Amino acid sequence: MKGTHLGEFEELVLLTIASLANNAYSVAICDDLSKYAQRKVKLGMVHAVLNRLEEKGLVRSELGESTATRGGKRKRFYTVTGAGAASLVRSKDIRDRLWQKIPSLTLKRI
Amino acid sequence: MKKKRTPRPPGWATWFLVAYCRPELLEDLQGDLNEFFERNLRKHNAIFAKAIYIIDVLKFFRPYTVRKPSFITAVKRNHMFGNYLKMSWRVMMRNKLFSGINIIGMAFSLSVGLLAIVFVSDLFSYDNDLQNKDRIFRVVSTFEPAGQPPVQLASTSWKSGILIRQNIPGIESITLLRNGFGGNVRIGENSIPVTGFYADQGFFDVLSFPLIEGAATTALKDPHSLVLTQSTGVRLFGNADPLGKVVKVDTVNYTVTGVLKDIPKLSHMRFEALASLSSIDPTGSGSDGAYMDWTNAFSNYVYVLLSKNSNPASFSASLDTLCRRQNAPYRNKIALSLQPLKNIAVGMPKGNEIGPAMPIAGVFIICGLALIIILSACFNYTNLSLARSLRRSREVGIRKVIGAQRIQVIGQFIAESLAISLLSLCFAFCIFLLLRMQFLSLHPYLNSMFSMELSPQLVVYFILLAILVGVVAGLLPALFYSKINAVQALKNASYFKVFRHISLRKALVVIQYTFSFIFITATIISYDQYKGFLHFDLGFSTDHIVNIAMQGNKDDVFTKELSAIPAVTGFSRSLIVSSLGSMTGSSVKYKDPTDSAGVDLNYIDENYLPLHKYTFLAGRNFAAKPKAAPESETIVNEKLVRRFNIGHNDPEKAIGETVTFAGKRLTIIGVLKDFHYGSLENGINPTAFRYLPQPGGYVNAKVSGPDLAATMAGIATAWKKLDKVHPLDAKLYDDQIEAAYSQFSVLSKVIGFFALLAIMISSLGLLGMVVYTMERRMKEISIRRVLGAGNAALMYLLSKSFLFLLCISALIALPLTWLFFEKVILSNFAYHPPIGFSDVFTGLIVVVGIACAMIGAQMLKIVRTNPATVLKNE
Repeated sequence: MKGTHLGEFEELVLLTIASLANNAYSVAICDDLSKYAQRKVKLGMVHAVLNRLEEKGLVRSELGESTATRGGKRKRFYTVTGAGAASLVRSKDIRDRLWQKIPSLTLKRI
Repeated sequence: MKKKRTPRPPGWATWFLVAYCRPELLEDLQGDLNEFFERNLRKHNAIFAKAIYIIDVLKFFRPYTVRKPSFITAVKRNHMFGNYLKMSWRVMMRNKLFSGINIIGMAFSLSVGLLAIVFVSDLFSYDNDLQNKDRIFRVVSTFEPAGQPPVQLASTSWKSGILIRQNIPGIESITLLRNGFGGNVRIGENSIPVTGFYADQGFFDVLSFPLIEGAATTALKDPHSLVLTQSTGVRLFGNADPLGKVVKVDTVNYTVTGVLKDIPKLSHMRFEALASLSSIDPTGSGSDGAYMDWTNAFSNYVYVLLSKNSNPASFSASLDTLCRRQNAPYRNKIALSLQPLKNIAVGMPKGNEIGPAMPIAGVFIICGLALIIILSACFNYTNLSLARSLRRSREVGIRKVIGAQRIQVIGQFIAESLAISLLSLCFAFCIFLLLRMQFLSLHPYLNSMFSMELSPQLVVYFILLAILVGVVAGLLPALFYSKINAVQALKNASYFKVFRHISLRKALVVIQYTFSFIFITATIISYDQYKGFLHFDLGFSTDHIVNIAMQGNKDDVFTKELSAIPAVTGFSRSLIVSSLGSMTGSSVKYKDPTDSAGVDLNYIDENYLPLHKYTFLAGRNFAAKPKAAPESETIVNEKLVRRFNIGHNDPEKAIGETVTFAGKRLTIIGVLKDFHYGSLENGINPTAFRYLPQPGGYVNAKVSGPDLAATMAGIATAWKKLDKVHPLDAKLYDDQIEAAYSQFSVLSKVIGFFALLAIMISSLGLLGMVVYTMERRMKEISIRRVLGAGNAALMYLLSKSFLFLLCISALIALPLTWLFFEKVILSNFAYHPPIGFSDVFTGLIVVVGIACAMIGAQMLKIVRTNPATVLKNE
């Protein structure tokens, strides 16, 4: 079931990772999401989702260099895998096709 | 200089996170939390930041972050185990001195620990074979003679047993035992002694000693029934079935009605045979008085098995009521109480114990001493491990750089100490086997009290002890090394404060040496006291006197035989042998019929006083009198004269005065200088000698000549002619005195052994410390030598810190030991030799001497090397 299906929050996280390019680690993702999604995003949620995405093989992670901040602990940077990119494209595809079916008048009414 | 510390996340929350989080997620998660913490610190304040941090830590506790607490992870985390082992072996091999000191020390201390384990386990397995152990109680009595301190007795009166059976509810079964059964059984030519108890037919209901043959319910029912143990049966009848046979014990015929399995060694009562109590007519009286007298509480034992639902407290209350009713007509009172079976063998031994018993204090003392010795060995390990820190902190630094976690460093160090302690256990076991033999042969009492058999369960305890010792010894070094900061350790190891723990190490050394001093001083004092008791001037001579117990035989026949032996130069006769602790007494009155005093008595013949060289202050010795002549004279000591102020305390004037012994008026014909009649624990009481031509107790033979063995053989031959049944009981007076104070000999041997161990272990520790200190200061010493420091100055420089520690220990230990002996142990003795100055300081000199010798030996090693070679090697 898990497969390539993306939940809404998962999709947002995945998109944020893609948009952050080289700086996609948990705190940055959390901050960005809060900024764009206009909602309180908890670190715990982000971590849980990152963990799940990695399990599904949609993202890959590696530890960065140690720095003086963060108590000397290294950051874990995430990148979107090929499978992740594919599932993002697919879900955008689905949405686009659905959008196209919607008459413009109806849209305005919303 | 110090910056104000920036607030840090609460340590316990971090610890919790580290504890539960999966290792692969941990670093990132911790980093994130730190980042948020710093952010909150900037935006808000420390309290808010900390609160959020804690909340987050708790919120992260989720299924995906929590590590599996399974066996698999434990193994995974300990994949370092093989490495630990390998490293431990290498470290052990590299530091042979360190390993040697620790293995020797731990092996000896563990062997004492093993002894303590077996000792305690033996005591706790007493009477384990009996069923319903927790419901069996013994009825014990407190005998309260009018006007004298009460005496705790394990025995009770026959009558109380019967009254309890009749009047007190809640008993499932009850049995009454009486001691004194025994005698010689003639089988053909041989006479075999058999000892045991009289017991009534409830015996097997209460105490479930298993019967092999015969019926438990009826075996002890009929008069003159006898139940033998299996081995006694074999002794008497060989392989024939003893059941139904008639056995003549001394003069009485008994029929064997049962055969018991042998009594286990760890049983609080031991016997070879049981005779039915109904063999004794209860209306008669024995040597202790009328059987049915309520206060005759000296020879009978009552055991009850309470029913399942009855309560010992209410039973005791019923006992109190019973005692109140029965005590009414008597001046000497008896109070009965219940003693649980498990408190008989180990607890507070009472008078008239039925078998061997061990005071609970003895258990604590042995365990305490063992604990001290073991801790001392642990201290050595800790001390020497910390002393090596200069070398090992670099190693730990490298380990940490390579990626060792703190827990792994701890694991490494604990594994090392475990390896040493387990290796020591192997040696300790061998030492233990030797120790066990020595311990059991120390005193006949120990041999009868303990079996010291090994069992698989005990071996498990041994291993657990070794593991515990390893962990205790290795814990401090492990924590110390695991805290080392890798960067600092590598960057500037010489600057690094490796001797931060120097005060801890000093404290450990002081503790070790304090105990060493206490032990050695205690040994010397107790040995000295023991010697003092043996040579104490008793007021008469015991030199070359052999006391021969007559065991009921006529002494005039025997003395005729004795006088034929040329080496026997003289003999006398007395009822008892005094100064060994046994005594007989009476009360005495002078003119005032209401004023009476207790008096120690001995009945002697006319030869006794000259033979023992008693000193007369006034008057004369008894003159020989025929047996039929009425008794009219007595010889008393100074104390008795002074007690009644006879003749205004003038011995000369006391001669011719009359005193009354329990109704018998006797004239004082001599006054003796005070002498010791009882043991030295008691003061000198008023004492009197009365004359009997044949007192019947002992013959005291003065022997001379070089060949004592031949003389004793002669006495034995003389005895054989007189008595063919009983073996000769003849002992040198000096040997008897030695035996009477054997407790001190045992005490000084045991403490001496502990002293030896304590000194050995702490000296080894000190040796290690000296070696490491020298190693560290090699360059410094070489430079000093190049600059012209003399050997004496260097010796002083190097030894002063150690000697200072020893002095502190001595200052603590010596007064403590002295006080302990003066106030606690020797205060029980009315007369004892004073504790000498030399007793206290010999130990100090010996220990300091050993320490100086070790430091000196190390110094010599340094002096022999050329300082240039040391300084050349950079």
